[in-house]
Amino acid sequence: MGSITLEKVVKKYGSLEVVHGIDLDIAHNEFVVLVGPSGCGKSTTLRMIAGLEDISGGAIRIGDVLVNDLPPRKRNISMVFQNYALYPHMSVRENLGFGLRIAGHSDDEIAARVAEAAQVLSLSELMERTPAELSGGQRQRVAMGRAIVRHPEAFLFDEPLSNLDAKLRVQMRTEIKKLHQKVKTTVVYVTHDQVEAMTLADRIVVMKDGFIEQVGTPMEVFNHPVNGFVASFIGSPPMNLLPAQIVSGQVRLGDGLCLPVPDRLSARVVEGQQVIFGLRPDDITPVGYGLHQDGQTVDLDLTVDLAELLGTETLLYTRLGAQETLGKMFNPRSVAEGEVLTFRLALDKAHLFDAQSGRSVVEVV
Amino acid sequence: MSAVVKKRLLSWGTWLATFLLMLVMCLPGLWVVLSAFRPNREILAKPAVWVPQDLSFANFGMIFGTGGNQVAIPVLSYFSNSMIIAMTSTVIALLVGMSGGYAFARFRFTGKNGLFLGLMLSRAVPGIALSLPVFMIWSKLGLIDAKAGLILVYVALNVPFTIWLIDGFFRQIPKEMSEAAQVDGCTRWQAFWKIEFPLARSGIASAGVFAFLTSWNEYALASQLTRSTDSKTLPVGLMDFTAQFTIDWAGMSAMAVIIIVPALILTFLVQKHLIAGLTFGGVKG
Repeated sequence: MGSITLEKVVKKYGSLEVVHGIDLDIAHNEFVVLVGPSGCGKSTTLRMIAGLEDISGGAIRIGDVLVNDLPPRKRNISMVFQNYALYPHMSVRENLGFGLRIAGHSDDEIAARVAEAAQVLSLSELMERTPAELSGGQRQRVAMGRAIVRHPEAFLFDEPLSNLDAKLRVQMRTEIKKLHQKVKTTVVYVTHDQVEAMTLADRIVVMKDGFIEQVGTPMEVFNHPVNGFVASFIGSPPMNLLPAQIVSGQVRLGDGLCLPVPDRLSARVVEGQQVIFGLRPDDITPVGYGLHQDGQTVDLDLTVDLAELLGTETLLYTRLGAQETLGKMFNPRSVAEGEVLTFRLALDKAHLFDAQSGRSVVEVV
Repeated sequence: MSAVVKKRLLSWGTWLATFLLMLVMCLPGLWVVLSAFRPNREILAKPAVWVPQDLSFANFGMIFGTGGNQVAIPVLSYFSNSMIIAMTSTVIALLVGMSGGYAFARFRFTGKNGLFLGLMLSRAVPGIALSLPVFMIWSKLGLIDAKAGLILVYVALNVPFTIWLIDGFFRQIPKEMSEAAQVDGCTRWQAFWKIEFPLARSGIASAGVFAFLTSWNEYALASQLTRSTDSKTLPVGLMDFTAQFTIDWAGMSAMAVIIIVPALILTFLVQKHLIAGLTFGGVKG
């Protein structure tokens, strides 16, 4: 069974603690994405699972085996590195077969399994080339091929797409998703790109400063962020976060503008509480150009400072509570800068975070 | 003047300049090689005889003591001493250099920077400045006129350099190579021999050639620490051709050729490694 369990896992470099006792259960065949800004400990966590970093405390289990003190080769995992780490002095065929050869498989079996992996990843034409003779995308596929030939319990991916150009990245993202559908195996995937996280993951693990902030399906994390950090990190463009205070049952923004407290949150706030008011650009839309305009809403006349055309939608920069705020126009018409539009705010989609703890008021008991 | 003619002239000019420069650099060497095959009277002739009239192997025969009337010089002993000393010290310097270079490139340990700086500083001390203390210590230890004594000195001379050079080559190999190999099922030791060592081979070969040539050509320290045919090396042996009032240029040149040839052969053998051959395509391009 390819489940992976982390219990109170700690990583210290000298006296500096970079991962602070994280707990995580990854189910058999699950695709889990660790996402967070650089320095959040996601790669370190992955390397601890791989056995490339010692753990300073806690326990890691792969299947039912405690692997704390096992070297990488005994963990039955395979890994795709950010820079691919193909062996430059070997052909694609030798690269793919290297692990099997080390494990002492017969020549026939190696040939069969290498051919199978090459088939899955369309590498059959490239078998005699060396890594230097491959394009970025091809190298990426060889790295994945090297991972799948060994039929490991789990694949670990360490930012595998960050060296590719934007177009290729989207293409390889799809290939990774397809690969997981074909080769059902547990995957732990590290990225700093929230789009990759959203598109690939069965479950997302959002990390920051060596802590896990939230674990959930992409939709849970997107729709119910537990704190302001997750809210701003997941979703593109990021959620607008505006400082505010609860005054006489209303959300009072910086310049004195008052909005009703969203109905579903009204029982969660207290008078005078300092909060952060969060609303995604998708939920700040000109009347007639929005998606969710039938729940609890409020209409405001706002000046458009800048309009960015993206084709199917236009990003509108305006000000709300004296702070720059991003809205969206779906199926857009042309908008002049300085134009005043009536915006409809979908309040039932709004979030309130406690200003002190940063946590969603839904979470605070 | 048309562009084609201009280009051709420029190309000829470049060749001419290269030829002249190479002539200046190679002439002394060429002269030594020529002199090895000419009789003394032609070497010493005034005005100089530019075009050799009388080429033969007589000089070699003379120093090996076959034919001729001159007392033979123990070239074979010198040659084998030189070989044993240079080979052994090179192998040791390479082993230490590989382990040290790998450690400096890959591991974190206390005192690393200080140690590295110390090694580099030791290169700044001219070897000859150490000859007196080395002589005194070696004479107490009974290492004067012993091959082991010279081997030890040459290892000490070469190790800082081999460590520095090999460290640089291991640094160029991303540590993910070894990590990928370990995930693929290798022990750390296997990962080194199967992945990192082949990739650093050109660096290790260069370090080996440099270490060998340093030991092979070294004269100053060897002349102090050797006495007899038990340990005298070829460069020291060259001085056998000087007597109080005369120098046997013909014999000396022949011996110089004997010194040059193995060094040339070695350089040719490893030259494909010296041109740092491996193109790195294993990581992002």
